[in-house]
Amino acid sequence: MRVPTKQKIRPGNVLRISAAWLVTLVLFFPLGWLFLTAFKTELQAISVPPLVLFTPTLENFHEVQERSDYMQYALNSLITSVVSTLLGLAIAAPAAYSMAFFSTRRTRDILMWMLSTKMMPAVGALVPIYVLAQKSSLLDTRLGLIIIFTLSNLPIMVWMLYSHFKDIPGEILEATRMDGATLWQEFTRVLLPLSLGGFASTGLLCLVLSWNEAFWSLNLSAAKAGTLATLIASYSSPEGLFWAKLSAASLMAIAPIVVFGWFSQKQLVQGLTFGAVK
Amino acid sequence: MAFLQLNGVEKYFGDAHVIRGIDLQIKAGEFIVFVGPSGCGKSTLLRLIAGLESVDAGAIVLDGRDITQEASSKRDLAMVFQSYALYPHMSVYENMSFALSLAKVDEKIIREKVERAASILDLTPYLARTPKDLSGGQRQRVAIGRAIVREPKVFLFDEPLSNLDAALRGQTRVEIANLHRALGATTIYVTHDQVEAMTLADRVVVLRDGQIEQVGTPLELYDRPANQFVAQFIGTPRMNVLAFKDIEPLLGALNLPSNEAGFIGLRPESVTVVQAGTGQLQAKIEIIESLGAETLIYVRTPSGVQLVARQTARTQLRVGDAAGVQIDMAQVHVFSDTGRVQRSPSLTVSKG
Repeated sequence: MRVPTKQKIRPGNVLRISAAWLVTLVLFFPLGWLFLTAFKTELQAISVPPLVLFTPTLENFHEVQERSDYMQYALNSLITSVVSTLLGLAIAAPAAYSMAFFSTRRTRDILMWMLSTKMMPAVGALVPIYVLAQKSSLLDTRLGLIIIFTLSNLPIMVWMLYSHFKDIPGEILEATRMDGATLWQEFTRVLLPLSLGGFASTGLLCLVLSWNEAFWSLNLSAAKAGTLATLIASYSSPEGLFWAKLSAASLMAIAPIVVFGWFSQKQLVQGLTFGAVK
Repeated sequence: MAFLQLNGVEKYFGDAHVIRGIDLQIKAGEFIVFVGPSGCGKSTLLRLIAGLESVDAGAIVLDGRDITQEASSKRDLAMVFQSYALYPHMSVYENMSFALSLAKVDEKIIREKVERAASILDLTPYLARTPKDLSGGQRQRVAIGRAIVREPKVFLFDEPLSNLDAALRGQTRVEIANLHRALGATTIYVTHDQVEAMTLADRVVVLRDGQIEQVGTPLELYDRPANQFVAQFIGTPRMNVLAFKDIEPLLGALNLPSNEAGFIGLRPESVTVVQAGTGQLQAKIEIIESLGAETLIYVRTPSGVQLVARQTARTQLRVGDAAGVQIDMAQVHVFSDTGRVQRSPSLTVSKG
């Protein structure tokens, strides 16, 4: 292994570091600007030239909270994403298990077919799904969103768990069976502990995807079951854009998932490093 | 009465007929070795017995109970896998006690059994470690310990030594032999290594293409192979096999017909390299392997047939020298042109 030493400043390095900073800033700029705008007044938000230095105000957050019940939307987001993730894991795990450890000639095709459903534009299925939701009284209900989120994330969950399970030597599970374990014991005592990292990363990804999901929440929910995506969208209304309030609402919507992702990142890396057998 | 019986066991993988009607009777306490070239179905047969693959036809009867359709977990067998298949997230103690804790055995009894097995296998200092902190040989012993603790009706070993280096393999082979003597448990052991088969087995089952070629004690297989395949598979270096047409001058002395096709087989120790001009065949020396305790001399006859001779004495001969080949006529095996044995040394086998 190379011992890190003090690197000399070379033209190549300077160029590379500058490029990295540039990319980072470009990626971060919208989020940074959103953050700043959230603390401006509406007038400051649209001022030309744009203001960088100003006296921050919390007024927008108050107004967002007054005009619409933030907690209600946040709770809807939380419930729909958490429940759909748990439900998805419960369905995807057995599917991935059978495909990884009892694969047949068609397993590959089934996996590809499941993935191909993600390639279809969602809007293509909007009308039938809307009608189905309407007929079964699932419009603007959390249950309706949970079902849609679960189904739309399922292919990714199966794929991710499948590739994690594939890394576990089949002989370990055979040994478990020879040791007299039932299917449930095989799952809880051996498969789950060995693929905890896989479950965590799959769950986290789907949690983020569900939380950020906008298309179906906007189309299938309104005031009752609306998620934070619906809340943000409600600030781009026909009577004009309210940049400062829109920014405040967006910030409130993304903050929880950013904080959550930040913390679980470390947990994930830890869970993913596991000793090999051989 | 056989303890474990295989009656007409068959297995297909798709269109491939991998196990073609195996009949085998194993007595309690026997050490049986399945041996054969790769792809012969020996591991599949073991997995069928273990219940890890489903049987397509035939029956497996263990201790009077038909277990053909029984789940692996209910068969009362323990298996040592080629990759050891230890549970990486559990300590050595937990690995060894897993089966008993699933069976809800009393914690005190579990501890007793695990500690006894650990002391037999020299694993006592390592009980708290996880598999990744163990050497290959220690992991191997944990895998064996996991099987011992359960006191199963039959131990199944699937090429357990193939991940170890040569020195450790020899040592572990001796340990397994000792263990079998100490426990007296019925054991089925799969290997492609005929030395393991010869040294460990009470009886060896030689398999080829999903069929049994021969079942017998190691020396039976060596002295009286049932066909040319077994004759050449067992023994290092391989038995010399010569077509009748290559040894025409000898056919009369061997009382063999010159107008039929067939082969004779000669163990390397039945062939002696002698001075040029003497012996029954003339040849040229191609390779000399001096191993110290023994010397292997490869010669080629003018008709292009290679023979190998094994002798304990060292040799003054050199590669390229002309030499004679002396054959011990009493030790000649005779095979038909289809490879079936027709005559074994000091024993005549009926034609068939």
